[in-house]
Amino acid sequence: MSTNVSTPKAPPHDETLATLAIFGDGVYSVASFRDNVRLYVPPARLVDVLLALKDRCGFALLSELGATDYLGYPGRTRSRFEVHYVLLNYDKAERIVVKVGLDDPDPTLPSVVSHWMGADWMEREVFDMYGIRFAGHPDLRRILMPEEFTSFPLRKDYPLRGRGERHNFRRLTRGES
Amino acid sequence: MNTPGESRPNPSAGARPNSGLELKPAGGLEVPENTILTTLDSVVSWCRKYSLWPMPFATACCGIELMAVGASRFDIARFGAEVMRFSPRQCDVMIVAGRVAMKMMPVLQRIWLQMPEPKWCISMGACACTGGIFDTYAVVQGVDRFIPVDVYIPGCPPRPEQILRAVMDLQEKIQRGGTIAGTTGLPELIDREQVVSEKRLSKGFTLAGERGDEDRFGYRIPGGPASLGANEPR
Repeated sequence: MSTNVSTPKAPPHDETLATLAIFGDGVYSVASFRDNVRLYVPPARLVDVLLALKDRCGFALLSELGATDYLGYPGRTRSRFEVHYVLLNYDKAERIVVKVGLDDPDPTLPSVVSHWMGADWMEREVFDMYGIRFAGHPDLRRILMPEEFTSFPLRKDYPLRGRGERHNFRRLTRGES
Repeated sequence: MNTPGESRPNPSAGARPNSGLELKPAGGLEVPENTILTTLDSVVSWCRKYSLWPMPFATACCGIELMAVGASRFDIARFGAEVMRFSPRQCDVMIVAGRVAMKMMPVLQRIWLQMPEPKWCISMGACACTGGIFDTYAVVQGVDRFIPVDVYIPGCPPRPEQILRAVMDLQEKIQRGGTIAGTTGLPELIDREQVVSEKRLSKGFTLAGERGDEDRFGYRIPGGPASLGANEPR
């Protein structure tokens, strides 16, 4: 049994948020749910904020990159798409979520492959499923769906059962095979 | 009912009349001991049905049950079908175990085409037979829409005994419908097979279309047929 009295630690993310104050007001807004801190960033400042987190705050690992389509979401007033970047700080075991809102005609974001190599396939998946383009990505092809697929299947306006793509193969009969 | 005298040809009657051939057996025609009379088709089918080499096309959890069938507790070797080969060139029964994604369908068809004749196909589990619970844009709603299937196994996943039963059913099918040249299927289903092979079904419909509840894209839409076009978001 330890008799040491632990020193009261500062709440996590305080140091990070203090460092991010260099951006000043109006660049990002902070929301939190339980121990999950999210930054909402406009697309134009996305790479700046991500690089500040990586270089100044020690969030070296991009652990997740994904997107959501909020079309028809009850009470939604912000943009239709939202791309989220989950960064991990190994030293402090902290995570932080950076969210970017995007809207419909040709949603495009700057690619972060040049800063995190691991973003390569994750950005391809977001492109494959939602049709969000990443400018500067070295090889932005579909990654899961077939090359000839024309739609973006995780968009909410895409029918769950598809548009007949899965029935376009020829049928092999006994005589032919 | 025939009397024994009618069913057995009289050996002393000789060849057909006007054939010019004279048969004069010394005694009566006798079948020696330990000799069986049968047809060549039957012998060939008998050999085939006890040496099925499966191609395990296991794409999902049904594949785990398929492994259990190969292991010692259920032991598919009792039916002569234990030689799982992972090269289609060496197989003659394909077991499609699990759901097949749309992107996988060309691969499945290619493997099926690479298997040498005669060949058979077992569709194992709810997903391979009908798509199962995965009625989504990416999952094929039954492999029988794209390759011929001989035996269907229901279940999610099927018990290993059901797979053994399917192997026994397939053996009976091979015995009853097989010839030296290949397989013709069950005699009572030859007409149906011909309808399929000649593609006399109307366009856009396959065997499942015979049920009458299928829409243009091969699945049932609640509320009846709908025009689900490329420009219509649902």
